Amino acid sequence: MKLDDTLLPILYMLAAIGFILAIKWLNSPATARRGVIVGEIGMLLAVVGTLLRFEVVNYQWILVAFFLGTAVGIPIAYIMPMTAVPQRTAFSHACGALASALIGTAEYYKGLGVGLSKVTMVALIVETLLGFLTFTASMMAFGKLQEVLAQRPITYKGQNFVNLGVFAAAAGVGLALIFSPERSVLFPVFTALSLLFGVLLIIPIGGADMPTVIALLNSYAGLSASAMGFVLNNKLLIVAGALDGSSGFILSIIMCRAMNRSFTNVLFGAFGQLQTSAAGAGEARPVHSATAEDAAQILDSARNVVVIPGYGMAVAQAQHKLREMFDMLTKRGVDVRFAIHPVAGRMPGHMNVLLAEADIPYDKLWEMDDINPEMSNVDVALIIGANDVVNPGAETDPHSPIAGMPIIQAYKARTVMVIKRSMNPGFAGIDNDLYYRENTLMLFGDAKAFLSSVVKELSALVKV
Amino acid sequence: MGNYEFDLWVFMLAAFLGFQLIRGVSPMLHTPLMSLTNAISAITVVGAILLTGEKDASTLSRILGFSAVFLAVLNVVSGYLITDRMLKMFKRREPEKK
Repeated sequence: MKLDDTLLPILYMLAAIGFILAIKWLNSPATARRGVIVGEIGMLLAVVGTLLRFEVVNYQWILVAFFLGTAVGIPIAYIMPMTAVPQRTAFSHACGALASALIGTAEYYKGLGVGLSKVTMVALIVETLLGFLTFTASMMAFGKLQEVLAQRPITYKGQNFVNLGVFAAAAGVGLALIFSPERSVLFPVFTALSLLFGVLLIIPIGGADMPTVIALLNSYAGLSASAMGFVLNNKLLIVAGALDGSSGFILSIIMCRAMNRSFTNVLFGAFGQLQTSAAGAGEARPVHSATAEDAAQILDSARNVVVIPGYGMAVAQAQHKLREMFDMLTKRGVDVRFAIHPVAGRMPGHMNVLLAEADIPYDKLWEMDDINPEMSNVDVALIIGANDVVNPGAETDPHSPIAGMPIIQAYKARTVMVIKRSMNPGFAGIDNDLYYRENTLMLFGDAKAFLSSVVKELSALVKV
Repeated sequence: MGNYEFDLWVFMLAAFLGFQLIRGVSPMLHTPLMSLTNAISAITVVGAILLTGEKDASTLSRILGFSAVFLAVLNVVSGYLITDRMLKMFKRREPEKK
């Protein structure tokens, strides 16, 4: 048929161009929404082109699935609160990965691999392996983020050995299938091992490592799609999958760097186990605490303030109160900026989205590397729900579990204020020397409640 | 088929292009980036459609294909919508409203 020979490759190529531009235009918030539109057009061209292919004759199942997918997808997109974005992302990695794994499975059972070349079988095995393991791993990540499962890393003796063993077994059975695809009894075994490996992979991962892991799973889901492109001989799939794969990969590298840790360390070195006990033994050192009234006065008389938010802010849902405070201080001529550590929150860029949702203008959101050189000129550093990312121990104490991790240098500010529920150590269970310093004021309480009293005090401070 | 060699080249070049493009993305937008690439990788819907719409597909193929179309469409729809919803929130404050 003519359509397939001439029009289809052009449609697919246009789709690929749409995807490339979509990512390119994300380089600035000003052009980003245009990017989404070209991405959507690209997807539409690809889907319409595929529906018109002569091999596709049976439409009713496809249309029902389209309808169901849309019916479920739209409410998810609109109802979900922004604090739940990490869970949604993990869930969609799971869906995407399962889709490619199911397609791979179907391709295999179509002819039990007979007539497929070795190369195609390799691609098919890679596609299904990554698909299945990413599916269960993402569901586990989803469970931890949603707090259906314990966020704490779970470790046991010989864990890495077991994990590597299961992976080696899955890969081994996969290899056997590549060489003798007709042994179809191996396929369910291969599937089960891949699924199991995904679960085992996430068990030792704690909440603070989620940004890296989510990015890595993003990468796997993309690579699985790309492998499908090799099986189906479809360049569009290869390109789109490779874009997704490299994106996830780069993000996870950025996350690892922001924690001064390696991939292997994140995946195999469960974190925060030993330190908890060590920190618990620490004697109670004196801290300076202050009330909302004091805090309001200090903020009011400052020239510039840098707010450093962490996951605790998201948990307390304090971002809207924070915006109120931002507005009041700005009106009074105080320059307020927000310093965001790359691993703040539960996924890359999470804090930025929450602050943007609260209507904080994005030109006030600063990256760590840009704000640090200015920290010594800052009057007040206000830390809300962040802990490890401002811990000076990372710079000074070579024995600290977070030694070498780049931090936002809040301690350089003239006054440091920390809103915190109590003196309990943060997620990684590491004590923070910042809290005991001379120029640090601890503001004890729930972030949202405390900020609203600060806002109240600020409005009482109206200059007569 | 000698095709796979060509495919590998495509993959290699696309991966490098991806690295360059992603480096240019503002860290502020890393969350929307992830949901956008997620929607893009739901291009697997192409494979799912081919599988489900085939003339004499087995029941197994149809069921797996149907589920895959559903999952991929779910990702396409929610991925793009959510990315746009997030990007809409990134605003600059208009010049000094007093």
